[in-house]
Amino acid sequence: MTLRTYVITRILLTIPMVLLLLTLVFVVVRVLPGDPVLLHFEKRADPEVIEEFRHRLGLDKPLWEQYVDYLWGLLHLDFGKSMQDFSPVSVQIFSAFPATLELAIFSMLVAVGIGTLLGVESARSYNTPKDHTIRIFGIVSYAIPVFFLGIVMQIVFGIVLRWLPTGGRTYPGMEPVGAYIKLPFEFFGIKEIHLATGLYTIDSIFEGNPMKFIQALRYLCLPSITLGLVLSGVFIRLTRNNMLETLRMDFVTAAKARGLKERVIIYSYALKNSFLPILTMMGLQFATLLSGAVLTETTFSWPGLGRYIFTRIGFRDYTAIQGAVAFFAIMVAIVSLIVDILYAYLDPRIRL
Amino acid sequence: MEKEEKPKGIIVGPLIKLASLPKEGWAGWIVLVGIIIVLSMVIITIIGPFISPYDPNAFHTGPLFAPPSSEHLFGTNHLGQDMLSRVLCGGTTMLQVALLSVTICFIIGVPIGLFSSYIGGNLDKVISLVMDSIYAFPGLVLAIAIAVMLGKGAVNMALSIAVIYIPSYFRIVRSQVLTIKEMAYVEAAKAIGARNRTILARYILPNVIPSIVTVATINFADAILTAAGLTFLGWGVEVDIPDWGWDLYYGRQYISKAWWIIFFPGLMIILLALGFTFIGEGLSELLNPRLREGK
Amino acid sequence: MQVENLKTYYFTKQGVVRAVDNVSFEIYEGETLGLVGESGCGKSTLGFSIMKLIPPPGKIVNGKILFKGKDLVELPENEMRKIRGKRIAMIFQDPMTSLNPLMKIGDHIVETILTHENVTKEEAYTRAKKLLDDLGISRERINDYPHQFSGGMRQRVMIGLALALNPDLIIADEPTTALDVIVEAQILDLMKKLKEAYRLTLILITHNIGIVAEMADKIGVMYAGKLVELSKTLPIFEEPLHPYTEALLDSVPNIKLSEQTLKWIPGSPPNLLNPIKGCRFAPRCKYAEKRCFEEEPKIIEVEKNRFVACHLRG
Repeated sequence: MTLRTYVITRILLTIPMVLLLLTLVFVVVRVLPGDPVLLHFEKRADPEVIEEFRHRLGLDKPLWEQYVDYLWGLLHLDFGKSMQDFSPVSVQIFSAFPATLELAIFSMLVAVGIGTLLGVESARSYNTPKDHTIRIFGIVSYAIPVFFLGIVMQIVFGIVLRWLPTGGRTYPGMEPVGAYIKLPFEFFGIKEIHLATGLYTIDSIFEGNPMKFIQALRYLCLPSITLGLVLSGVFIRLTRNNMLETLRMDFVTAAKARGLKERVIIYSYALKNSFLPILTMMGLQFATLLSGAVLTETTFSWPGLGRYIFTRIGFRDYTAIQGAVAFFAIMVAIVSLIVDILYAYLDPRIRL
Repeated sequence: MEKEEKPKGIIVGPLIKLASLPKEGWAGWIVLVGIIIVLSMVIITIIGPFISPYDPNAFHTGPLFAPPSSEHLFGTNHLGQDMLSRVLCGGTTMLQVALLSVTICFIIGVPIGLFSSYIGGNLDKVISLVMDSIYAFPGLVLAIAIAVMLGKGAVNMALSIAVIYIPSYFRIVRSQVLTIKEMAYVEAAKAIGARNRTILARYILPNVIPSIVTVATINFADAILTAAGLTFLGWGVEVDIPDWGWDLYYGRQYISKAWWIIFFPGLMIILLALGFTFIGEGLSELLNPRLREGK
Repeated sequence: MQVENLKTYYFTKQGVVRAVDNVSFEIYEGETLGLVGESGCGKSTLGFSIMKLIPPPGKIVNGKILFKGKDLVELPENEMRKIRGKRIAMIFQDPMTSLNPLMKIGDHIVETILTHENVTKEEAYTRAKKLLDDLGISRERINDYPHQFSGGMRQRVMIGLALALNPDLIIADEPTTALDVIVEAQILDLMKKLKEAYRLTLILITHNIGIVAEMADKIGVMYAGKLVELSKTLPIFEEPLHPYTEALLDSVPNIKLSEQTLKWIPGSPPNLLNPIKGCRFAPRCKYAEKRCFEEEPKIIEVEKNRFVACHLRG
């Protein structure tokens, strides 16, 4: 099967999965017992007000019609209206999303970085106390509730040691705005492009402002280390197992017989073979990452999607929650798709 | 190769197995430690009310926000309640919710897994697709969505947590069944004309049980952590009795002032989750030794 | 090289496996020593012991390996690493799994050269290309990956890797076992040519007596971890001294006879976990006497340069 066929097939397969997930979200919010509108008001309003409210949100239509509207809206990137002020949820989602993305990327980097390094060390000292300690560390890090770890981090590094900030995304006033590039000529009425991703680290680079970059990193430290640590356990185990398996293979013995240095063998021979499984695992862990992000963002007041959901819970804004959760579903599907395609591209068996 | 042993009696058998665990090396130790931790936690929860120095619900047992001292080993909270007593007595809700959700998971997930994979065909494909979708979804987010819709309460929380983990049981049962289904002795049984029900119960199920147990223990740990997460986010079970989860939630506001309010209950939750995780990880190592030493 | 009283045991959960039990021999420069025996007799372990690459839970328990004035057994690992590949090299049995699937074969050779010698990359590549010429592989294929070669070609690469730095000793562990007969003949031809061209000292480990007959100057027969006979090639074939050698030679079918019953050695290879008291071959030996079951025969020099461990001969 060629790469192109695989990619097309895979994209086509994603559609039913996304559909299923979105339906699942719909079922949870609309079909389960519990009327979102009543819950919102907590039975504390006039029936007329409730009806008017219901009507404005389109929640009085028959269920199947709501379902169609829901899907149709999503196709147009309409994630519904907030119960709080009827404003489009999509706006809020898209402004909060980059923060979560940035957190996710850095946390994944931390997790994979720590995971592979410790995994290699663990494999090298197979069956020694060092190996056992690292393995236990992996198990323990997974068992710690991420918000608890976050709080401990805040206390230790933020309050006691005062090295790092305990909340927020950057120093007030240091939000990067990206770069404005003037076009040499007018292009459909556009005179300049605004180069900004919403990721503070990248945007501050675009802007050419090292101070903003440093601040952004400082604020990223604790949350991404927290989330990354909790996630690292899986990678420790994966790397360790992969390394142990690869180190037993004939070509490793043959390499040793040629007198190659241990470092070369471990990194260039064994670790390279583990690369693909790690990539796959990164994709699989993305969902876990998102779950952890909700708690992490809440703990560190990180203005991302996770915290958005948290605040919406407080406001009993169920339609907004539905929109956000639907967004999560789409994100997961897309990431899974990207990882699969990347894997197919890199796997020599499929490529060659 | 799967072992099909019958334990020698309900008490003696497991005790013998427990004692032989350390021999199995690192994995055996981990399981043993895990079991000890879990048992200690359960015992503490049970005898907690009898050994706590103060009434965990009583206000003003000491100064408000008192740091840990000889009088209040774990300090006091914003209501003057003694934290040590609250910690000793606070495990019941969490354990109950976790137990309930694991049970629900088990009761629903395992049979569906068994039947779906055994019968196969389109039904199996559809159910697998549904299960895979749920499995792929960020667990906590889904749990939040469900819990929020169902409303607060222990049973609702247990239900929301259960939904996320049903796919785990489903998958493990399914993968085992698919392997066993192809084995010779199942074919032989069919040839004799055994009914499907019998085949499932007597041939397939016993071999699936070890894996289910492993999944269940890890599930337990996850359930505890998810429950803690939900509580932390404000959707905890509202009870009058002391509850670690609730201390977590209230303690959050007072972190800079009185870190001990959130710290010790949190520690207990970690220990409980850790205990189960140890058991689960150790068991999975024992049952599927991935790498043997030497050739 | 001189191997003295080498003992390599594997310490497994089930017990101690005496894979190499008190083996001694000498090999001179330019000689080819053939080590024959059935699977599990310890010959491969012997090869790995010399390289000090015994997989855990194996360990060298006793003995000396004297090479160029040093005892390899006592040598620390970082010193041993410098010897491997450069002064003693190894050719492995399965060329498919012995090459890194993610590395070009040219890179394999270059890497080996660069590890041991201080030359530039260009020079290493030039040497690699010349090596490919000697091996009969087209130069353009230097950038190909292992899976693009056939089994025979891969084994040539393996041989090349062993030769790259002109080592003093090469250990070939079942170099042709994984290949079909025609390719085997080609590889053996290649090895013979290279042996003469480079004046190699070779330890050839195999279970195939036919190969050693062609290639070896002297032959060591191993059984159950022990060296039971050692002498020059021709005498062994003309007059095998040890009953096992005799049975081994007997079991090779004669291509000239049109009809023959195949002979085999009754019984099965012994358990290396709990070796018996006496001679390890005794249970299967047709000449066995009572003494054979009680006392282990020591290796003695029956004639000049003919060694055997058997009660019958001494």
